[in-house]
Amino acid sequence: MGVSILTIIYLIAAVTFIMGLKMMSHPASARNGNSAAGIGMLMAIFATIFLFKDDTGANLKNHYWIFGGLLIGTVAGVIMAKKVKMTAMPEMVSMFNGFGGASAALISIIEFNQLAKNGFLVTLPVKVEADVSVSNDMLALPVTIGTMIILFSGLVLGSITFSGSMIAWGKLSGKVKDFAFHGQHFINMALLFAAIALSAYITANVDDLNPLWFYLVMVLSLIYGIFFVLPIGGADMPVVISFLNSLSGISAACSGFLYDNKVILTGGILVGAAGTILTILMCKAMNRSLLNVFIGSFGGSPSAGADKGGMQHKEISLNDAAVVMTFANKVIIVPGYGLAVAQAQHACRELEKILESKGVQVKYAIHPVAGRMPGHMNVLLAEADVSYDKLLEMEIANEEFPTTDVVLILGANDVVNPAAKHDKASPIYGMPILDVETAKLVIVNKRSMKPGYAGIENELFYQPKTSMLFGDAKKALNDLISEIKSI
Amino acid sequence: MESILNWLHANEQMIYIIILVIFLGFIVISRVPTVLHTPLMSHANAISGVVIIGAIIVMGRADSNNYAALILGLFAVILGTINVVGGFVVTDRMMEMFKKKK
Repeated sequence: MGVSILTIIYLIAAVTFIMGLKMMSHPASARNGNSAAGIGMLMAIFATIFLFKDDTGANLKNHYWIFGGLLIGTVAGVIMAKKVKMTAMPEMVSMFNGFGGASAALISIIEFNQLAKNGFLVTLPVKVEADVSVSNDMLALPVTIGTMIILFSGLVLGSITFSGSMIAWGKLSGKVKDFAFHGQHFINMALLFAAIALSAYITANVDDLNPLWFYLVMVLSLIYGIFFVLPIGGADMPVVISFLNSLSGISAACSGFLYDNKVILTGGILVGAAGTILTILMCKAMNRSLLNVFIGSFGGSPSAGADKGGMQHKEISLNDAAVVMTFANKVIIVPGYGLAVAQAQHACRELEKILESKGVQVKYAIHPVAGRMPGHMNVLLAEADVSYDKLLEMEIANEEFPTTDVVLILGANDVVNPAAKHDKASPIYGMPILDVETAKLVIVNKRSMKPGYAGIENELFYQPKTSMLFGDAKKALNDLISEIKSI
Repeated sequence: MESILNWLHANEQMIYIIILVIFLGFIVISRVPTVLHTPLMSHANAISGVVIIGAIIVMGRADSNNYAALILGLFAVILGTINVVGGFVVTDRMMEMFKKKK
């Protein structure tokens, strides 16, 4: 009875996961979808604690430990999720993702220890063909190769997800710098190969082997995760996080396989597939292949890009900027990571309001990979109450730029770099960009002339129709607003 | 080779589920607009925390004097719970903002 209720609850949970993902495709239904999946998860967790029975028909024990873990995790999770600033969302997602991977890796470790203790024999209830529902006879069988492969997959993928996500978190929050050395890709491949080969070796010689080798696989995977993410430039970080997200899904699915648990399997594979598709969509938005992202260290070529030796940029005063914007018919704002860092989304909304009160049409052009993650800018601007229909996607924005009087670029750089269109040597060559040059006037707000996250020069800043407005985005916007008010 | 084939045969149901869910995941995701990619990633991340159920099972089966397993299991449960709870709460916070302007 209990077990059949558990099965039904798992089924419901799996359906809520699928519905939740589906409802994420529209802003109006997304929140409900998220809640539905959350409730499904909650039901599955409690049903497991009280209704799960293992092969021998025993209930789960150690309830104090389990509830203790759930309590600590819930408190920590809620605090972290409530405290995090909207701008720091990508690194938060990366960290949570790493924790999921670590959890999957730990499961493999515990199961392996359990197996090692039993001499790699698995006890199973003897299957009785006759109509006997319970049998106390037990049969000890050597562990199957399939089980070992799953254990190792969970360990390797979980460990890579954990260390890789932690590095991605460190890089996005500015705690870890890009690091690459000659021949790193070769070493990476060697590490991964060593981890897989060692796993295969242990699987084949499981009877007479020191179990400590298992931990060597874990160490190799952890190091691989670190070296895998370290050389990848910040501009590619969204792709990496999405990729690691799909890995964590697959590592979760491994424990689903291990316990013949269909809700873990469905959830894990669903995320694995969704993460893969999302990764590919992001690569497409940057017009690069996945292989290129992983192998070509993006930030590693500071010399790339046209030499700007003799070229000069020009600055615009706050007053002039305020005047041209006030008397424009149409202004398009291009937000980038600089806006997120400066927490300037509310100031941005203020500027929009005051310009509209002066009869100026204001819109926002959102590049698919603006910020550190697709949709990052949309979330930020939504936080500041910017209306959804004012946000233009790239293709539509590019059609509108020729009829735009002023483009205000707030802390965006690579997504407006014309080198992507014509400079074959540039690392971002081929990435679709926002054609801000077709507007009548471009004002760029940046903190300094330093190159953007991809580490390359931007010739847009030196063009005759471009003027620079230096300073922190929030301060510059507030100053602009007070200037416009005084006109 | 034969043992692998046998293993595939024994897990036929699970393999069917995997293949069908892969297609399902592709189809469900490819309709999500770019603007929702960040909440989507966070939501998917929360779902991948379903591994918490595996952590609970492993913990609930450990002998109550096997402290190595219990402590590792506790970490697995805590980290998995942070993943699940944090993921859903963060996604909810993001979606709350999308809704406000309506």
